[in-house]
Amino acid sequence: MKIYEKPAAFYDEFSRKGGNVKTTHYCPGCGHGNIHKLIAEALDDMHLTEKTIFVSPVGCSVFGYYYFNTGHFQASHGRAPAVATGIKRANPGSIVISYQGDGDLAAIGTAETLHAANRGENITVIFVNNAIYGMTGGQMAPTTLLGQVTKTTPLGRQEDLHGNPVRMAEIIATLPTAHYVERVMIGDAKDIAQARKAIRKGLQNQIDGKGYSFIEILSPCPTNWGMTPVDAKKWLKEKMTQIFPVGLLKDTTEGQEGKWYRQFADFVPEKTDAYLEQLVDVGHLASLDGVSAPDGLQCKFAGFGGQGILTLGLMFAQLAMRAGSKVSWIPSYGPEMRGGTANCSVNIAQKRIGSPLAETPNLLVVMNQPSLEAFEASMQPGGLLIYDSSIVEKAPQRKDIRVVGLKASDMATELGNSKVANVILLGAIIAALDLYPIEFVKESLKGIIKKKALIDINLEALIKGYEMAARR
Amino acid sequence: MTTQLMKGNDAVIIGALAAGCRVYFGYPITPASEIAHAAARHFPALGGVFVQAESEVAAINMVYGTAGMGVRCMTASSSPGFSLKQEGLSYCAGAELPCVVIDVNRGGPGLGNIAPEQSDYFQVTKGGGHGSYRLITLAPNSAQEMCDLTFLAFDLADQYRTPACLLADGVIGQMMEAVDVPKARPVPFDHSDWAVRGTPETRHLITSIYLEADALEAHNLKLAQKYQRITENEVRFEEYCTEDADLIVVAYGVVSRLASSAIDLARQQGLKVGLLRPITLWPFPSQKIAQLAETTKVFLSLELNSMGQMVEDVRLAVNGKKPVYFVGHCGGKNFGCQEIVDLMKKYL
Ligand code: SF4
Repeated sequence: MKIYEKPAAFYDEFSRKGGNVKTTHYCPGCGHGNIHKLIAEALDDMHLTEKTIFVSPVGCSVFGYYYFNTGHFQASHGRAPAVATGIKRANPGSIVISYQGDGDLAAIGTAETLHAANRGENITVIFVNNAIYGMTGGQMAPTTLLGQVTKTTPLGRQEDLHGNPVRMAEIIATLPTAHYVERVMIGDAKDIAQARKAIRKGLQNQIDGKGYSFIEILSPCPTNWGMTPVDAKKWLKEKMTQIFPVGLLKDTTEGQEGKWYRQFADFVPEKTDAYLEQLVDVGHLASLDGVSAPDGLQCKFAGFGGQGILTLGLMFAQLAMRAGSKVSWIPSYGPEMRGGTANCSVNIAQKRIGSPLAETPNLLVVMNQPSLEAFEASMQPGGLLIYDSSIVEKAPQRKDIRVVGLKASDMATELGNSKVANVILLGAIIAALDLYPIEFVKESLKGIIKKKALIDINLEALIKGYEMAARR
Repeated sequence: MTTQLMKGNDAVIIGALAAGCRVYFGYPITPASEIAHAAARHFPALGGVFVQAESEVAAINMVYGTAGMGVRCMTASSSPGFSLKQEGLSYCAGAELPCVVIDVNRGGPGLGNIAPEQSDYFQVTKGGGHGSYRLITLAPNSAQEMCDLTFLAFDLADQYRTPACLLADGVIGQMMEAVDVPKARPVPFDHSDWAVRGTPETRHLITSIYLEADALEAHNLKLAQKYQRITENEVRFEEYCTEDADLIVVAYGVVSRLASSAIDLARQQGLKVGLLRPITLWPFPSQKIAQLAETTKVFLSLELNSMGQMVEDVRLAVNGKKPVYFVGHCGGKNFGCQEIVDLMKKYL
């Protein structure tokens, strides 16, 4: 079709299109031409052309970028609302139009459509419903009417075979965050005037930060309906509107001004640095006087979940990191996880940590019987095994390792907090391995323990374990 | 420099923040969800965006939208989720959009399990979607590299206008190590000649459609030249004890860590063995491997998958000059150091 009195929001010539650069690629009598013109005029009158980003879908309207003198994204089939979300969230000041056909919006892109609406994206969705797949040559669309003959419903669409036409406007209107939903049509002049109003309202809502607007436009496709343009309009008005009644479905935009305008701040490196700085809670290492970085420790910490055994491993790693060693901590994963034990591997070295796993530990700390049974055999000869003898009933069997058992859980209960059994064991490890001056450990723990109210009891526990093991 | 003990998955977001990325779109999946958790905490706190998308497909298309404005953005997932993103990645590559995608590889095929595997090598490095394209693929093997390579991925993506991926595994993602937090730095790339920003000057077109055969061929040849430039300039790898090695293990990610420990053990026993660790899986260090093929006697590709994936690239690089063997574990089973030493003895 020819577009007369071309709006300024259209390019002067459609040079991206090739062939005749004066006409559109749409068939005679196609509703897309009318709708494009309504949009272009609105962009003109509302002075939006320069800040508009037009998202074209897959379908007959894939070539939106032939015509509008705006920014353009061509989206993959059905994903225009997701693309529009990506644009609008990182550029809230732009005007984003998601222009989609029925296959795109109501079939392959249903999820994107519903969820963009449900998030209340501050965008304008123009849904061109012509009850058929146009570009691919006339197959059944989700909006195809019952009885309508298409290439894939040669006997007509049947409810018991193909389901019913999907009424997207009605579905969208059920979502509280879709504040403006209207169905209009490319029928006679009066209908088109209503469509013009609806498009402008949808755009104005976006400018005003009123959130998601959905405008469904019934649009003729004479080519694939196999009708003349005149008959097509007649069919649209008489048949399509029976299933897809035109009119306002919902307008709850009042009072929504600005609410859906989501800010996006520019990247300021200094701000990011300051933010990262405050995230880091081990900003500076504890004073290293008299502290030497441990080396060559391959440790396994194992017990029941909830005993704080993974935290014990983590505290042990953090101490070594503060003392200047390289460390790795990894919770059990994969097949190791079976058998009722939670465990983690900690590796500590001065130079480089190869394997982060502890296949053959030289330090094993266990807080339950299954863990002892699972890992005792894997220990290196000469290694240290520390266990909570309040819980582990059968003592370790190996004679070629050092074994320290202490009633950590009972001691913790005596201290008044059964949760600090792990820190009692920590004290015992430090003493048994003669790893660090106890002052260093105390100072470090003050930084490591997040809940400040718990610091005192933990330090008490630490000393208990330390002294108990030191005495042996 | 500030140091923090953190999980590899968290380190990704720290690296992204320092690189100036504050836009994240993602869908929950184990074992990559911590990346989303960290993004949800940190990005909005800095005025950025976190959207939990309705699907992996939606997430990558949101990335497409933000990336088309030249704004740094990312998504992360694990294997089945990465499969779902392939269409979107093909569009990003076709439209030449810089973005960063993380794949924390888990067990497959199908639902598989959530344990670490390296079975996504093909689907990430070979451009798993439709059409002729490649994804820059970086393979971290420590929490520090999860951070640093994420930062690098943003720069490479911007420099070449193409998606860049991190292919990680569950061990590296779940493991905590000390991470030196990098300093934030202004983004040193200007995309005003193509990015669409909703301003009068930036009314460009982001697209991958070229209807005419000539136009699409020209576009593809342009992409091919770009991939050639990346191949020439961006290969990264690490060598360990390769100078005099008679057997060279090729391994990435967690396996490279295990292999390096095994090499220490083997060297103590007098075995001349070394490690070549690709840091970029695409572009693959083929030239380096071809060079090593002149001096070493045998290659051993150790991977966490059943039939060998990277080994095909090793074989192409070695080009028949020396034997190339593959041994794999999968389903969450991993190599033991002693096992690797035994394998070295077997193939030496
Ligand atoms: S096929 Fe139908 S929708 Fe497509 S351009 Fe022709 S009339 Fe319009």
